[in-house]
Amino acid sequence: MDQAVEALDVKVWRGNAKGGSYRSYEVPAQRSQTVLDVVTWIQQNAEPTLTYRFACRVGMCGSCAMMVNGEPRWTCRTHVKKVLEGRHLEIAPLRNLPVIKDLATDMTAFFDKWTGAEGVFHPTASRADAIAPISPEDPARVLANEAIECINCAVCYSACDTVTANPDYLGPAALNRAWTLQNDERDGAHSRRLRTISGGGGCFNCHSHQSCMTYCPNELNPTASIAGLKRLSAMSFFKGGRDR
Amino acid sequence: MMVAKHRRDTLRIASLIHRVSGLALALFLPLHFYVLGLALNDAAGLDAFLKWTDYPLVKFAETVLVLLLSLHLFGGLRLLALEFLPWSPRQKAYAASAVALSFFVSVGFFLSAV
Repeated sequence: MDQAVEALDVKVWRGNAKGGSYRSYEVPAQRSQTVLDVVTWIQQNAEPTLTYRFACRVGMCGSCAMMVNGEPRWTCRTHVKKVLEGRHLEIAPLRNLPVIKDLATDMTAFFDKWTGAEGVFHPTASRADAIAPISPEDPARVLANEAIECINCAVCYSACDTVTANPDYLGPAALNRAWTLQNDERDGAHSRRLRTISGGGGCFNCHSHQSCMTYCPNELNPTASIAGLKRLSAMSFFKGGRDR
Repeated sequence: MMVAKHRRDTLRIASLIHRVSGLALALFLPLHFYVLGLALNDAAGLDAFLKWTDYPLVKFAETVLVLLLSLHLFGGLRLLALEFLPWSPRQKAYAASAVALSFFVSVGFFLSAV
Protein backbone atom coordinates (compact mmCIF):
# COMPACT_ATOMS: atom_id res chain seq x y z
CA MET A 1 0.00 0.00 0.00
CA ASP A 2 1.12 3.50 -0.78
CA GLN A 3 2.12 4.94 2.58
CA ALA A 4 0.81 8.33 1.39
CA VAL A 5 -2.72 6.93 1.70
CA GLU A 6 -4.03 8.20 5.03
CA ALA A 7 -7.66 7.17 4.76
CA LEU A 8 -9.27 4.30 2.93
CA ASP A 9 -12.46 4.79 0.94
CA VAL A 10 -14.40 1.68 1.94
CA LYS A 11 -17.72 0.70 0.42
CA VAL A 12 -19.59 -1.85 2.53
CA TRP A 13 -22.74 -3.65 1.44
CA ARG A 14 -25.56 -3.04 3.91
CA GLY A 15 -28.86 -4.85 3.69
CA ASN A 16 -30.65 -8.13 4.21
CA ALA A 17 -32.28 -10.94 2.26
CA LYS A 18 -34.67 -8.48 0.62
CA GLY A 19 -31.88 -6.34 -0.84
CA GLY A 20 -29.45 -3.62 0.04
CA SER A 21 -26.83 -1.23 -1.25
CA TYR A 22 -23.28 -0.03 -0.66
CA ARG A 23 -22.46 2.66 1.89
CA SER A 24 -19.16 4.50 2.01
CA TYR A 25 -16.92 4.93 5.04
CA GLU A 26 -13.60 6.68 5.57
CA VAL A 27 -11.29 4.38 7.53
CA PRO A 28 -7.84 5.40 8.80
CA ALA A 29 -5.10 3.48 6.99
CA GLN A 30 -2.63 1.53 9.11
CA ARG A 31 0.76 0.14 8.21
CA SER A 32 -0.29 -3.45 8.85
CA GLN A 33 -4.03 -3.82 8.43
CA THR A 34 -6.25 -6.68 7.38
CA VAL A 35 -9.63 -6.38 5.70
CA LEU A 36 -11.20 -7.76 8.88
CA ASP A 37 -9.49 -4.94 10.81
CA VAL A 38 -11.19 -2.47 8.46
CA VAL A 39 -14.63 -4.04 8.97
CA THR A 40 -14.11 -4.12 12.73
CA TRP A 41 -13.03 -0.45 12.74
CA ILE A 42 -16.21 0.50 10.89
CA GLN A 43 -18.40 -1.41 13.34
CA GLN A 44 -16.66 -0.02 16.42
CA ASN A 45 -16.32 3.57 15.25
CA ALA A 46 -18.85 4.37 12.55
CA GLU A 47 -21.63 1.81 12.19
CA PRO A 48 -22.44 -0.12 15.39
CA THR A 49 -25.22 -2.06 13.67
CA LEU A 50 -22.92 -3.50 10.99
CA THR A 51 -23.25 -7.29 11.04
CA TYR A 52 -20.42 -9.61 10.10
CA ARG A 53 -19.02 -12.96 11.19
CA PHE A 54 -15.59 -13.84 12.54
CA ALA A 55 -14.07 -15.92 15.31
CA CYS A 56 -10.39 -16.85 15.40
CA ARG A 57 -8.80 -13.99 13.37
CA VAL A 58 -5.86 -16.25 12.44
CA GLY A 59 -7.14 -18.21 9.44
CA MET A 60 -8.24 -21.31 11.30
CA CYS A 61 -12.02 -21.13 11.69
CA GLY A 62 -13.19 -20.13 8.21
CA SER A 63 -15.83 -17.69 9.52
CA CYS A 64 -14.82 -14.36 8.07
CA ALA A 65 -14.85 -14.88 4.31
CA MET A 66 -16.33 -12.00 2.30
CA MET A 67 -16.17 -10.57 -1.18
CA VAL A 68 -13.32 -8.05 -1.27
CA ASN A 69 -13.07 -5.90 -4.39
CA GLY A 70 -15.13 -8.52 -6.20
CA GLU A 71 -13.19 -11.59 -5.13
CA PRO A 72 -13.89 -14.05 -2.29
CA ARG A 73 -11.24 -13.88 0.43
CA TRP A 74 -10.61 -14.81 4.06
CA THR A 75 -10.60 -11.31 5.46
CA CYS A 76 -8.58 -12.00 8.61
CA ARG A 77 -5.54 -13.03 6.55
CA THR A 78 -5.97 -10.60 3.68
CA HIS A 79 -3.81 -7.53 4.08
CA VAL A 80 -5.35 -4.34 2.79
CA LYS A 81 -2.18 -3.50 0.88
CA LYS A 82 -2.65 -6.68 -1.16
CA VAL A 83 -6.13 -5.82 -2.42
CA LEU A 84 -6.42 -2.05 -2.31
CA GLU A 85 -7.29 -0.40 -5.64
CA GLY A 86 -6.03 3.18 -5.31
CA ARG A 87 -7.57 3.93 -1.94
CA HIS A 88 -10.77 2.00 -2.62
CA LEU A 89 -12.01 -1.15 -0.98
CA GLU A 90 -15.37 -2.77 -1.68
CA ILE A 91 -16.61 -5.33 0.81
CA ALA A 92 -19.71 -7.47 0.27
CA PRO A 93 -21.20 -10.74 1.56
CA LEU A 94 -20.06 -13.98 -0.07
CA ARG A 95 -21.55 -14.79 -3.44
CA ASN A 96 -23.79 -17.85 -3.99
CA LEU A 97 -25.15 -17.77 -0.45
CA PRO A 98 -28.27 -16.01 0.84
CA VAL A 99 -27.63 -12.92 2.93
CA ILE A 100 -28.85 -12.80 6.51
CA LYS A 101 -27.76 -9.23 7.20
CA ASP A 102 -24.99 -7.01 5.87
CA LEU A 103 -21.84 -9.17 5.52
CA ALA A 104 -23.20 -12.29 7.22
CA THR A 105 -24.48 -15.02 4.91
CA ASP A 106 -26.64 -18.02 5.67
CA MET A 107 -24.30 -21.00 5.24
CA THR A 108 -26.97 -23.64 5.81
CA ALA A 109 -27.03 -24.76 2.18
CA PHE A 110 -23.22 -24.97 2.14
CA PHE A 111 -23.10 -27.30 5.15
CA ASP A 112 -26.16 -29.27 4.03
CA LYS A 113 -24.25 -30.08 0.87
CA TRP A 114 -21.37 -31.46 2.93
CA THR A 115 -23.72 -34.01 4.41
CA GLY A 116 -25.44 -34.35 1.02
CA ALA A 117 -22.09 -35.44 -0.43
CA GLU A 118 -21.70 -38.02 2.36
CA GLY A 119 -18.99 -35.82 3.80
CA VAL A 120 -19.31 -37.71 7.06
CA PHE A 121 -16.86 -40.30 8.31
CA HIS A 122 -18.44 -43.75 8.62
CA PRO A 123 -16.29 -45.78 10.99
CA THR A 124 -15.59 -49.44 10.37
CA ALA A 125 -14.22 -50.10 13.87
CA SER A 126 -15.35 -49.39 17.39
CA ARG A 127 -13.40 -48.05 20.37
CA ALA A 128 -12.93 -51.66 21.44
CA ASP A 129 -10.86 -52.38 18.32
CA ALA A 130 -7.16 -51.70 18.01
CA ILE A 131 -6.21 -48.41 16.30
CA ALA A 132 -5.74 -49.04 12.59
CA PRO A 133 -2.15 -48.39 11.51
CA ILE A 134 -2.19 -45.89 8.63
CA SER A 135 1.08 -45.27 6.84
CA PRO A 136 1.62 -41.60 5.89
CA GLU A 137 3.30 -42.91 2.73
CA ASP A 138 0.26 -44.90 1.66
CA PRO A 139 -0.74 -43.48 -1.80
CA ALA A 140 -4.40 -43.05 -0.83
CA ARG A 141 -3.40 -41.35 2.43
CA VAL A 142 -1.11 -38.99 0.52
CA LEU A 143 -4.06 -37.98 -1.70
CA ALA A 144 -6.30 -37.50 1.33
CA ASN A 145 -3.69 -35.42 3.13
CA GLU A 146 -3.28 -33.11 0.13
CA ALA A 147 -6.96 -32.14 0.38
CA ILE A 148 -7.63 -32.42 4.11
CA GLU A 149 -6.86 -28.91 5.36
CA CYS A 150 -10.20 -27.38 4.39
CA ILE A 151 -11.48 -24.82 6.93
CA ASN A 152 -15.05 -24.66 5.52
CA CYS A 153 -14.77 -20.96 4.69
CA ALA A 154 -16.94 -21.28 1.54
CA VAL A 155 -14.55 -19.16 -0.52
CA CYS A 156 -14.46 -21.90 -3.20
CA TYR A 157 -18.25 -22.22 -3.10
CA SER A 158 -18.53 -18.49 -3.63
CA ALA A 159 -16.00 -18.48 -6.48
CA CYS A 160 -17.71 -21.31 -8.37
CA ASP A 161 -19.78 -20.36 -11.42
CA THR A 162 -21.27 -23.85 -11.58
CA VAL A 163 -22.79 -23.32 -8.14
CA THR A 164 -24.20 -20.02 -9.43
CA ALA A 165 -25.78 -21.73 -12.42
CA ASN A 166 -26.95 -24.89 -10.65
CA PRO A 167 -28.16 -24.52 -7.06
CA ASP A 168 -28.27 -28.32 -6.71
CA TYR A 169 -24.53 -28.67 -7.40
CA LEU A 170 -22.80 -29.92 -4.27
CA GLY A 171 -19.88 -27.55 -4.82
CA PRO A 172 -16.11 -27.79 -4.51
CA ALA A 173 -15.80 -27.98 -0.71
CA ALA A 174 -18.31 -30.81 -0.24
CA LEU A 175 -16.81 -32.83 -3.10
CA ASN A 176 -13.29 -32.18 -1.85
CA ARG A 177 -14.37 -33.56 1.52
CA ALA A 178 -15.91 -36.60 -0.20
CA TRP A 179 -12.59 -37.18 -2.00
CA THR A 180 -10.64 -37.22 1.28
CA LEU A 181 -13.06 -39.79 2.71
CA GLN A 182 -12.89 -41.95 -0.43
CA ASN A 183 -9.14 -42.10 0.21
CA ASP A 184 -9.55 -42.93 3.91
CA GLU A 185 -9.22 -46.68 4.26
CA ARG A 186 -10.93 -46.58 7.66
CA ASP A 187 -14.14 -45.25 6.15
CA GLY A 188 -16.89 -47.77 5.44
CA ALA A 189 -19.17 -45.91 3.03
CA HIS A 190 -17.10 -45.69 -0.15
CA SER A 191 -19.74 -47.33 -2.38
CA ARG A 192 -22.62 -45.29 -1.02
CA ARG A 193 -20.66 -42.03 -1.24
CA LEU A 194 -19.55 -42.79 -4.80
CA ARG A 195 -23.16 -43.36 -5.84
CA THR A 196 -24.15 -40.07 -4.21
CA ILE A 197 -21.44 -37.94 -5.75
CA SER A 198 -21.91 -39.55 -9.18
CA GLY A 199 -25.59 -38.58 -9.30
CA GLY A 200 -27.42 -35.31 -9.96
CA GLY A 201 -25.57 -32.30 -8.53
CA GLY A 202 -22.43 -34.43 -8.14
CA CYS A 203 -18.90 -34.33 -9.47
CA PHE A 204 -19.87 -34.54 -13.15
CA ASN A 205 -21.41 -31.07 -12.92
CA CYS A 206 -17.94 -29.56 -12.49
CA HIS A 207 -16.80 -27.62 -15.59
CA SER A 208 -13.19 -27.44 -14.39
CA HIS A 209 -13.02 -23.64 -14.40
CA GLN A 210 -10.66 -24.08 -11.44
CA SER A 211 -11.83 -20.93 -9.67
CA CYS A 212 -11.96 -22.99 -6.45
CA MET A 213 -8.27 -23.72 -6.78
CA THR A 214 -7.47 -20.12 -7.69
CA TYR A 215 -9.20 -18.65 -4.65
CA CYS A 216 -8.77 -21.33 -1.95
CA PRO A 217 -6.97 -19.49 0.88
CA ASN A 218 -5.35 -22.73 2.04
CA GLU A 219 -4.07 -23.42 -1.47
CA LEU A 220 -6.02 -26.64 -1.78
CA ASN A 221 -7.05 -27.93 -5.20
CA PRO A 222 -10.72 -28.99 -5.16
CA THR A 223 -10.68 -29.26 -8.97
CA ALA A 224 -8.10 -32.05 -8.69
CA SER A 225 -10.20 -33.73 -5.99
CA ILE A 226 -13.30 -33.56 -8.18
CA ALA A 227 -11.29 -34.93 -11.13
CA GLY A 228 -10.26 -37.78 -8.82
CA LEU A 229 -13.92 -38.48 -7.99
CA LYS A 230 -14.75 -38.51 -11.71
CA ARG A 231 -11.98 -41.07 -12.22
CA LEU A 232 -13.25 -43.22 -9.36
CA SER A 233 -16.78 -43.02 -10.73
CA ALA A 234 -15.67 -43.95 -14.26
CA MET A 235 -13.56 -46.84 -12.96
CA SER A 236 -16.51 -48.06 -10.93
CA PHE A 237 -18.69 -47.93 -14.05
CA PHE A 238 -16.22 -50.02 -16.05
CA LYS A 239 -15.87 -52.47 -13.19
CA GLY A 240 -19.60 -52.98 -13.06
CA GLY A 241 -20.37 -50.88 -10.00
CA ARG A 242 -17.51 -51.82 -7.69
CA ASP A 243 -15.89 -48.76 -6.11
CA ARG A 244 -12.29 -50.00 -6.19
CA MET B 1 -17.19 -7.05 -10.34
CA MET B 2 -16.51 -10.63 -9.20
CA VAL B 3 -17.87 -11.97 -12.44
CA ALA B 4 -15.70 -9.70 -14.55
CA LYS B 5 -12.54 -10.55 -12.60
CA HIS B 6 -12.62 -14.30 -12.44
CA ARG B 7 -14.07 -14.66 -15.91
CA ARG B 8 -10.91 -13.08 -17.27
CA ASP B 9 -9.01 -16.12 -16.05
CA THR B 10 -7.36 -18.21 -18.79
CA LEU B 11 -9.07 -21.43 -17.72
CA ARG B 12 -12.49 -19.78 -17.56
CA ILE B 13 -11.97 -18.51 -21.11
CA ALA B 14 -10.79 -21.98 -22.20
CA SER B 15 -14.01 -23.44 -20.82
CA LEU B 16 -16.06 -20.82 -22.64
CA ILE B 17 -14.25 -21.51 -25.92
CA HIS B 18 -14.92 -25.23 -25.53
CA ARG B 19 -18.61 -24.65 -24.85
CA VAL B 20 -19.18 -22.08 -27.61
CA SER B 21 -17.25 -24.12 -30.22
CA GLY B 22 -19.34 -27.17 -29.31
CA LEU B 23 -22.59 -25.25 -29.70
CA ALA B 24 -21.46 -23.77 -33.03
CA LEU B 25 -20.54 -27.24 -34.30
CA ALA B 26 -23.92 -28.57 -33.18
CA LEU B 27 -25.60 -25.79 -35.19
CA PHE B 28 -23.52 -26.77 -38.23
CA LEU B 29 -24.49 -30.45 -37.99
CA PRO B 30 -27.84 -30.17 -39.88
CA LEU B 31 -26.03 -28.68 -42.90
CA HIS B 32 -23.38 -31.41 -42.59
CA PHE B 33 -26.03 -34.13 -42.65
CA TYR B 34 -27.84 -32.43 -45.51
CA VAL B 35 -24.69 -32.56 -47.65
CA LEU B 36 -24.07 -36.17 -46.63
CA GLY B 37 -27.64 -36.89 -47.73
CA LEU B 38 -26.91 -35.31 -51.10
CA ALA B 39 -23.90 -37.62 -51.48
CA LEU B 40 -26.18 -40.60 -51.01
CA ASN B 41 -29.21 -39.53 -53.00
CA ASP B 42 -28.38 -36.66 -55.36
CA ALA B 43 -24.95 -36.75 -57.03
CA ALA B 44 -25.73 -33.77 -59.29
CA GLY B 45 -27.00 -31.77 -56.34
CA LEU B 46 -23.83 -32.58 -54.41
CA ASP B 47 -21.60 -31.43 -57.29
CA ALA B 48 -23.57 -28.19 -57.56
CA PHE B 49 -23.24 -27.67 -53.83
CA LEU B 50 -19.52 -28.42 -53.79
CA LYS B 51 -18.94 -25.75 -56.44
CA TRP B 52 -19.74 -23.27 -53.68
CA THR B 53 -16.53 -24.32 -51.98
CA ASP B 54 -14.53 -22.58 -54.72
CA TYR B 55 -15.66 -19.19 -53.48
CA PRO B 56 -13.11 -17.46 -51.22
CA LEU B 57 -15.80 -16.61 -48.68
CA VAL B 58 -16.78 -20.27 -48.39
CA LYS B 59 -13.12 -21.26 -48.02
CA PHE B 60 -12.88 -18.76 -45.18
CA ALA B 61 -16.04 -20.20 -43.62
CA GLU B 62 -14.54 -23.68 -43.89
CA THR B 63 -11.42 -22.42 -42.16
CA VAL B 64 -13.57 -21.12 -39.33
CA LEU B 65 -15.22 -24.53 -39.19
CA VAL B 66 -11.84 -26.27 -38.99
CA LEU B 67 -10.83 -23.82 -36.27
CA LEU B 68 -13.98 -24.64 -34.27
CA LEU B 69 -13.40 -28.36 -34.73
CA SER B 70 -9.76 -28.06 -33.65
CA LEU B 71 -10.61 -25.92 -30.64
CA HIS B 72 -13.24 -28.40 -29.53
CA LEU B 73 -11.03 -31.42 -30.19
CA PHE B 74 -7.89 -30.16 -28.47
CA GLY B 75 -9.92 -28.52 -25.70
CA GLY B 76 -11.71 -31.82 -25.15
CA LEU B 77 -8.41 -33.72 -25.05
CA ARG B 78 -7.19 -31.21 -22.45
CA LEU B 79 -10.25 -31.89 -20.31
CA LEU B 80 -9.85 -35.66 -20.65
CA ALA B 81 -6.21 -35.32 -19.59
CA LEU B 82 -7.25 -33.15 -16.66
CA GLU B 83 -9.79 -35.68 -15.48
CA PHE B 84 -8.12 -38.99 -16.22
CA LEU B 85 -4.37 -38.35 -15.89
CA PRO B 86 -2.46 -37.42 -12.74
CA TRP B 87 -2.88 -33.73 -11.90
CA SER B 88 -0.52 -31.31 -13.59
CA PRO B 89 0.00 -27.74 -12.38
CA ARG B 90 0.48 -26.59 -16.00
CA GLN B 91 -3.24 -26.32 -16.81
CA LYS B 92 -3.02 -22.81 -18.25
CA ALA B 93 -0.11 -23.81 -20.49
CA TYR B 94 -2.13 -26.77 -21.78
CA ALA B 95 -5.14 -24.55 -22.50
CA ALA B 96 -2.96 -22.02 -24.34
CA SER B 97 -1.29 -24.87 -26.27
CA ALA B 98 -4.69 -26.23 -27.35
CA VAL B 99 -5.64 -22.82 -28.76
CA ALA B 100 -2.27 -22.35 -30.44
CA LEU B 101 -2.44 -25.83 -32.00
CA SER B 102 -5.96 -25.10 -33.26
CA PHE B 103 -4.84 -21.92 -34.99
CA PHE B 104 -1.87 -23.79 -36.47
CA VAL B 105 -4.18 -26.47 -37.91
CA SER B 106 -6.78 -24.01 -39.25
CA VAL B 107 -4.19 -21.70 -40.82
CA GLY B 108 -2.58 -24.78 -42.39
CA PHE B 109 -5.97 -25.75 -43.79
CA PHE B 110 -6.54 -22.25 -45.16
CA LEU B 111 -3.13 -22.15 -46.87
CA SER B 112 -3.72 -25.52 -48.49
CA ALA B 113 -7.24 -24.49 -49.59
CA VAL B 114 -6.34 -21.20 -51.35
